[in-house]
Amino acid sequence: MAFKQIINGGALLNTFENKPPVKNYKKVLAFLAVFMLLGTNLLMAQTTATADAAKPGVDWLGVGYYVLLFFLLVVSVAVIGKILKVYELSQQIQGKKGIHWNNVMGIICLVFLVAGMVGAYWEFTVQGSMSLPEAASKHGVKIDDMFLTTTIITMIVFVITQILLFVFLFRYRHSDKRRAYFLPHNNTIEKVWTIIPAIVLTVLVIFGFFTWQEVENSAPAKNDINIDVTGHQFAWEIRYAGPDGVLGKKDFRLTAGANKLGIDYKDKNSMDDLQADTLVLPVNKTIRLNIFAQDVIHSVYMPHFRVQQNAVPGLPTFFKFTPTITTEEMRRKVEDPKFEYLLYCNKICGSTHYNMQKVVRVVTEGEYNQWIAKQKPYLTPALRTELKLASADQNKSITNNRLALNN
Amino acid sequence: MSTLSVHDHGVAHHEEGHEHHHDTFLTKYVFSQDHKMIAKQFLITGITMAVIAMLLSILFRIQLAYPDKAFPLLETLLGRFAPEGRLDPEFYLSLVTIHGTIMVFFVLTAGLSGTFSNLLIPLQVGARDMASPFINMLSYWFFLTACIIMLSSFFIQKGPAGAGWTIYPPLSALPTAMKGSGLGMTLWLISMVCFVASSLMGGINYVTTVLNMRTKGMDLWKMPLTIWAFFLTAILGVLSFPVLVAGVVLLIFDRSFGTSFYLSDIVVNGQIMPFEGGSPILFQHLFWFLGHPEVYIVIMPAMGISSEVMSVNSRKPIFGYHAMVYSLIGITVLSFIVWGHHMFITGMNPFLGGVFMITTLIIAVPSAVKTFNWLATLWRGNIRFTPAMLFAIGMVSFFISGGLTGIFLGNAALDINLHDTYFVVAHFHLVMGSAAIFGMLAGVYHWFPKMFGRMMDEKLGYLHFWLTFIGAYLVFFPMHFMGLDGVPRRYYAFTEFASMQRWLSVNMFITWAAIMSACAQVAFLYNFIHSIFWGKKATQNPWQANTLEWTTPVERLHGNWPGELPTVYRWPYDYSKPGAEEDFISQITPLSQTMSSNLPHDFEDNPAGLEALNTWTNTQKANEEVK
Repeated sequence: MAFKQIINGGALLNTFENKPPVKNYKKVLAFLAVFMLLGTNLLMAQTTATADAAKPGVDWLGVGYYVLLFFLLVVSVAVIGKILKVYELSQQIQGKKGIHWNNVMGIICLVFLVAGMVGAYWEFTVQGSMSLPEAASKHGVKIDDMFLTTTIITMIVFVITQILLFVFLFRYRHSDKRRAYFLPHNNTIEKVWTIIPAIVLTVLVIFGFFTWQEVENSAPAKNDINIDVTGHQFAWEIRYAGPDGVLGKKDFRLTAGANKLGIDYKDKNSMDDLQADTLVLPVNKTIRLNIFAQDVIHSVYMPHFRVQQNAVPGLPTFFKFTPTITTEEMRRKVEDPKFEYLLYCNKICGSTHYNMQKVVRVVTEGEYNQWIAKQKPYLTPALRTELKLASADQNKSITNNRLALNN
Repeated sequence: MSTLSVHDHGVAHHEEGHEHHHDTFLTKYVFSQDHKMIAKQFLITGITMAVIAMLLSILFRIQLAYPDKAFPLLETLLGRFAPEGRLDPEFYLSLVTIHGTIMVFFVLTAGLSGTFSNLLIPLQVGARDMASPFINMLSYWFFLTACIIMLSSFFIQKGPAGAGWTIYPPLSALPTAMKGSGLGMTLWLISMVCFVASSLMGGINYVTTVLNMRTKGMDLWKMPLTIWAFFLTAILGVLSFPVLVAGVVLLIFDRSFGTSFYLSDIVVNGQIMPFEGGSPILFQHLFWFLGHPEVYIVIMPAMGISSEVMSVNSRKPIFGYHAMVYSLIGITVLSFIVWGHHMFITGMNPFLGGVFMITTLIIAVPSAVKTFNWLATLWRGNIRFTPAMLFAIGMVSFFISGGLTGIFLGNAALDINLHDTYFVVAHFHLVMGSAAIFGMLAGVYHWFPKMFGRMMDEKLGYLHFWLTFIGAYLVFFPMHFMGLDGVPRRYYAFTEFASMQRWLSVNMFITWAAIMSACAQVAFLYNFIHSIFWGKKATQNPWQANTLEWTTPVERLHGNWPGELPTVYRWPYDYSKPGAEEDFISQITPLSQTMSSNLPHDFEDNPAGLEALNTWTNTQKANEEVK
């Protein structure tokens, strides 16, 4: 059937060449080619010209070129349409049936199926390989397993259903000689294809539910490293607990001047809290990120660790995870000496949402200890004077100050 | 039920007088109360809004493809929104916001349901008009008001709302947080309240009409799937839209009257705000309680339209009619208890996330059943490729492709890394964007003769379909892979991240595919407008379909049927019935006229009919033997 149609198509082309409208069509094509050549030249000339000018004006010639190109495209579609109409009418006069559009569409469906499958395969291999490297955290590996299972199952369904769809379209395209098969329902097969997806989805649900419970199981443990991440327009602030290992309290009402996080210095634990420019994490230690936002909702997104949690003003959230691959190792794995783990914002938060990032570096425990020893406390001398704290060690002076304030 | 139907007949006779009274231009085209005219008003407004939203998307696609390039033309067109030919980052966010809002609400809710529920419910259930034509008219005028208010925000100093179509507070509540949260946001909220009013008036009308105004013999199980879909969509809308209004009103209070429903612990630009005790998550719950049913409000009419179009053009009954209806009902019910899957990582209790994951994945079952039933409908059909059929098929293809990625996103564990990335953008643009638009276009091509009495050009329809179909796949398929690389959505440019720059070539490719698809819409617009005035005259039943709308005259009377309302004797899907003369039997053909094609199944609740059938078959057999 298809083969016959192709032969018909060839004959169709031949008939075209014997007819006058074809010349028009060719002329249009030639025009198109000339215009494209000319237009490209003009456009090139224009770009060099605008490059010299200090402030580029509107490149009307370039705009005109595109408008003209579009117009020509429309004209050529119209011309082809007219040719088709003339051809069909002439066939009608001769008592023949013209183009079998149902066959044409059936064949295009088949071509689309093949091209689409090849395209999808290409995307999977080429762009699929551009996706994130292996998970750099303990729970991330489980998420990746889950992802792989889901991908395999869904891709099987995708391929089968799309093939069935387009093959049916081609196979059962209209024919005057045939009648469709009257099949209103078939309870057995309907039960089968209700139950099978239900079973598959149950498996995915159970698998997913337990993975989710494991990932989100974030009961505080003693050895967790507590780190505060606070988002504001448009940056992240990082706060490490000092030698005492406990982060001090915060209160947004205390935000002022140098105390940009609103740390409550009545809480003794606050005194030794450290600030840092980079989120440095020791490998294979459980990290508990305490996530805050000051102004609008942000989202802490660290895709390499399969970590994401929204930062919501007024609702402290947290995420517990264990990094497993150091930055150095990952650089070797992805063969990119400049590779860095990143933390970036993934919830629309304003004009500079697209550039709200922080470098995350995973290091060995030794390196981590060295690094943290060098970090400066939040309680800078400037802040001390602002808060009228003579010395953080002298609780007495704090009480005095408070008394003074109360007066 | 039958008593009600009989009653309708009485009313019908009475209403015939209306045909003779003179319509002025104003009452016929502007303040029309005829459901068919209102449908056309909705359609044309919807198409206009769709074109605007599409152009907005081309603008931000250009930004994504050429983040470093200046286009002086943009400054000429947009002025201060594109200083020196480059989009302002906040205006970019406004574009994204308004594109989403227009497409979801104004095109795929009002443009789709408004057009086809209005057009088809009275025509397919056999009613003279909607239950309340006046409220129907009001519904359109509220919709138009909403459209105008929404678009007017482009003409104010600070530009339109920019917090994303989901307008999460605090970003949308704090005018100091971004320009788009000023007057633009106020206009957005006012527009949305008008829109919901319109949607409710429409929805109540649809539900009432379907329940009360079906013609004689049209019991619920004889309704076409389109009507089932519109009916359930209307119920969804009536139940969920008020919740959005509640959310929006509280947001208006937070913005304008200093309450703290959604706000707490906020410091903007170093300024401590007085809000305390509110929760931004509350808004998300209220928003998604509408927001998730909303995506089914968008897709279910498309499903109904596609089912009908596919059955007519495969010349085959829709496979598993009952299963199709039950799966629609299942989707309707389940769609109310899945909203939390938009909020897995917002800080909602993880246990709740687990529950929402279970309900979300359950909803995939009825969706799968529908897909398989469509495939079975095509199997051994006699498929006519009308443009409407092609678009219905495209809808199925998109629904599969986009639906499958929903299984990833509905899984809370996988959502951690995919949330708010381009994977999500790809997912919903395929499953609800493209699929619903294709359903809508299928409807336009299929019912154009009913709306305008003329046919659209088929060849241009083919061109439109293939360019749009291929274009949409080229645009959205690569986005999945960007999402898998952790590329976030709503980013103004990917220039600030070394790891994202390699996606620039893909972004350029997507932009050009989008421009191609946009150009393809010119074929549609030309076809649509040209055919309204100069298209080939339609015949009464151009597609040889069974449903009632094709028994009305081509001239489109106010009141639909010139004489009595038709009586319905059979379900709408008797296509290619063995033994029948033609490959379709209209719903108004009594079973007594089609003895040769009747099946025992046709008489399930009708023992007398079954008896008659048996006698008839026996005599036939006896005759055969005599011969």
